[in-house]
Amino acid sequence: MQDVNSGYSPNIVAFCCNWCSYAGADLAGSSRLSYPANVKIIRVPCSCRVNPMFVLKAFQRGADGVILCGCHPGDCHYVTGNYYTRRRMALLFSFLDYLGIERERTRVEWVSAAEGARFSAVMNDFVKTVASLGENKRLTDLRCKEGSDNA
Amino acid sequence: MQRIGVFICWCGSNIAATVDVERVSEVIRSEPGVVFSANYQYMCSENGQQLVKNAIKEYNLTAVVIGSCSPRMHEATFRKAAEEAGLNPYMVEIANIREHCSWIHKDREEATEKALVLVRTAIAKVNLDAPLQAGESPVTKRALVIGGGIAGIQAALDIAEAGFEVDIVEKNPTIGGRMAQLDKTFPTLDCSACILTPKMVDCAQNEKIDILSYSEVEEVKGFVGNFSVKIRRKARYVDETKCTGCKVCMEKCPSKKGLNEFNMGLNNRTAIYIPFAQAIPNVAVIDPEQCIKLKTGKCGICQKFCGVGAIDYTMKDEFIERKYGAIVVATGFRPLKPDKFNEYGYADNKDVITSLELERLMNAAGPTDGVLLRPSDGTHPKVITFIQCVGSRDTSGCGKPYCSKICCMYTAKHAMLIREKYPDTEVHVFYIDVRTPGKNYDEFYRRAVEQYGVDYIKGMVGKVYNQNGKLMVQGSNLIDNEQVVIPSDLVVLATAIEPEPSVRKVATLLTASIDTNNFLTESHAKLRPVESPTAGVYLAGVCQGPKDIPETVSQASACAAKVIGLLVKDKLKTNPCIAHPDESMCNGCSQCANVCAYGAITYVDKEFRLGGGKTEVRRVASVNPAVCQGCGACTVTCPSGAMDLSGFSSGQIMSEVEAICKM
Repeated sequence: MQDVNSGYSPNIVAFCCNWCSYAGADLAGSSRLSYPANVKIIRVPCSCRVNPMFVLKAFQRGADGVILCGCHPGDCHYVTGNYYTRRRMALLFSFLDYLGIERERTRVEWVSAAEGARFSAVMNDFVKTVASLGENKRLTDLRCKEGSDNA
Repeated sequence: MQRIGVFICWCGSNIAATVDVERVSEVIRSEPGVVFSANYQYMCSENGQQLVKNAIKEYNLTAVVIGSCSPRMHEATFRKAAEEAGLNPYMVEIANIREHCSWIHKDREEATEKALVLVRTAIAKVNLDAPLQAGESPVTKRALVIGGGIAGIQAALDIAEAGFEVDIVEKNPTIGGRMAQLDKTFPTLDCSACILTPKMVDCAQNEKIDILSYSEVEEVKGFVGNFSVKIRRKARYVDETKCTGCKVCMEKCPSKKGLNEFNMGLNNRTAIYIPFAQAIPNVAVIDPEQCIKLKTGKCGICQKFCGVGAIDYTMKDEFIERKYGAIVVATGFRPLKPDKFNEYGYADNKDVITSLELERLMNAAGPTDGVLLRPSDGTHPKVITFIQCVGSRDTSGCGKPYCSKICCMYTAKHAMLIREKYPDTEVHVFYIDVRTPGKNYDEFYRRAVEQYGVDYIKGMVGKVYNQNGKLMVQGSNLIDNEQVVIPSDLVVLATAIEPEPSVRKVATLLTASIDTNNFLTESHAKLRPVESPTAGVYLAGVCQGPKDIPETVSQASACAAKVIGLLVKDKLKTNPCIAHPDESMCNGCSQCANVCAYGAITYVDKEFRLGGGKTEVRRVASVNPAVCQGCGACTVTCPSGAMDLSGFSSGQIMSEVEAICKM
């Protein structure tokens, strides 16, 4: 999806937990509930597997937005995993905000295995928001750019 | 460097219609490490799998990437195929180019580009895969059934039949559930009690079945094959082993003003009571909220009259702990309370009742001994109006968005039974649609219309109001395109059914997925309909979705088959994707053990060589592979980065991120 105003098509990394959100994304797929191709999903066992380093890595490598999806609070397959995610990411996102990564570029959402429609709606909204912000330049490591001598 | 084979599936036209599979296959061929690349119509077919196996042998592949449907669908299939060709099954990664790509994108160019990225991401991951060995864990040969309705009863009987021990945990004082409250059952009009109570008795008499009535599950630990469950046995104040069910206590109890739950509150019961005549166990229970002795300390009449000395006012809740290999959830449903719908006047008019209340009014063991009388004045109603879809298919927020499935059939049943028993009664039914799929179901509904002359009106009801003692039902008739007002004596609301609220607690205890309507989610809507995504947990009855008795019984038996299939095994393979510490980096700080929900991490003292012949003893983390579930919470919390997760290692996820973000 491109932003109507800026014409920018962002690149988005989505971390989805295996039990709820990844299954929710599968349901969105089998129900043909479309969302932009900018979203690429990485499967993790639990949202609490996502190390803040992974999020930083994504921004360093030029991702324009990062979203974490897990089971609803209280429904975590691993009992308490998503509570850790919630706390860790609250801290990380405010730190990123301090570094100039807009709050809107990062998000934690709860999507259950039965919520294909919600998954699609969340992704559509997130891509739209990030597209309107334009390219993420703040943390991008230019040395990693293709064609760069240091790559 | 791995020798990688990439296999792109067309999935017929499911993938190939939107993703240029030939191009993906071609472009990927030149990726570093890829020594073989192919595409095929159906990778999961016998021929497709053979293609993978042959390539593994022919090209000495050390890793395999399949671009196909979701790994939740066919990961196991391809791992098995790889294993058969001599490759470690965990050297296989799936790029989900169907659910996450071809099915949601329309633009072919865009979808093909994304598929390429997804396949490259899988290659990045597989490059860092290491062979893993699954461990083994023993199986406790005993099953737990949560809920003693018809679903739980059927599941328990079938499991016991195969020779395994089963416990039924029921929160009410008796098993039987909602079915015990019904008068007749569609479409054959069998007497509900006559077909249910023999099964209840079978449960009580079966030596493999232990009924833990008036009990609730408090805590669940462990995993498939090895659950450890703490059960609260609520204080009954009556010794189950002594009580003979003689009911003398019920006759003598002076506190007679408790609402009779079994009769939907239509009459009263005593503080000490047996819910209904055929209750199993046929043992009294004291309602502590109502008992004079327990509230004020003065009374004790039941104790005085009990011939066997079964009454014990000092009884306390007890906790027992048992081990199980498998758990069946059969927590059932309750009818939605219609008092939020002001238009139907349920809260204001005694003669506006729900279908389950009507069921009790028609039942010979009900408050009116089976004679249909108006709750307000005890007269025979001459005009009865049914309103369907009360709270079902309702997106206004008051009700439920789903169809409750059983209401069309039970309303037809009620209409028919009333016309049969009281032919002078006029019966009207307001409906939005009549939904009667099922064997002999539509025939049943047509009998109500054609043979019994029930007046079906297509349209919704806007208002029910009282005028001179008559209930005026105002609604629309869409067929004749007119407004109608039907003066009625009795109005029956076919209320939606919702999952029994206690299911939320059960779902949390079992870490079983639950949807926004509080129905438990099945592992796969079509192919694994009775299994929860949590291994070893099975779903029977309405806790999974609205269904009628035949469907519930079928699902319960299916659960039993699954449970038996699990319990006959002596050992189960465990998931090898678990945490492991790098001992050279671990400083034994205990952070990982603090976040572990399973208590899988302990600490051991280990001797390390420092060089120059010196050694040092340090405390390091040690993961119990039988207990670790592989969530990865510890890997992120570890300050020194010593903890990692096999199959989802930090290096792997980092390189997946890099592959997606390739600038």
